[in-house]
Amino acid sequence: MPTSVDRDELQRLVAEQNAQVVEVLPASDYEKEHITGAINIPLKELDERAPRELERERPVVVYCNDHQ
Amino acid sequence: MGFAQVYDYVAGKRDWGSYGLPHEGTSVPKLLAGDVAHRDVPTCMLDDDLGKVRARVRAAGWDTCIVVNDQRVVLGRLGRRALASDSQEAVEQAMTPGPSTVRPSIGADALLEQIRDRNLTSFLVTTPDGRLVGLALRSDLE
Repeated sequence: MPTSVDRDELQRLVAEQNAQVVEVLPASDYEKEHITGAINIPLKELDERAPRELERERPVVVYCNDHQ
Repeated sequence: MGFAQVYDYVAGKRDWGSYGLPHEGTSVPKLLAGDVAHRDVPTCMLDDDLGKVRARVRAAGWDTCIVVNDQRVVLGRLGRRALASDSQEAVEQAMTPGPSTVRPSIGADALLEQIRDRNLTSFLVTTPDGRLVGLALRSDLE
């Protein structure tokens, strides 16, 4: 299970550990609005694409719209 | 996936945007309330001396002062009338409590519409937890 983080911790992970921020919503949602600097890997494609597109040694932070 | 450090930002992008943090996309307005809010609007606290607050606000060229607590959470607003009078009442008595606010992620056009609908000259911009971002002026938006 991923560890939950809040907005302050996310900013710290990016600033201090060069975290990779990943929006897991469909591409259409990402195009409408996303966190600046985030990349898009929809949840359905995560298992296939993450090993190819993300660096294992860097932290990964995933997000969607909200906690609903 | 084999990644050692995986985190979930559970509050998501709605939380991020509502705090005025950088976000982009085709549905994000070019200009946001957080961009136009004057962050140098004067502030005071409940136990400040009203006479000194008046002098400070006038000297800075403003006609309003936002009453905040030590976390910068907005409690009220001193308007023109409160700042123009020579009353010696406390800030808490002189202020208008609980002013309406908008989030920094609202578009400037939508903000101007709200300002016009309410026939206001300005609107407070705060984070969802009530912390002051700044004051958006109608004159800047028209």
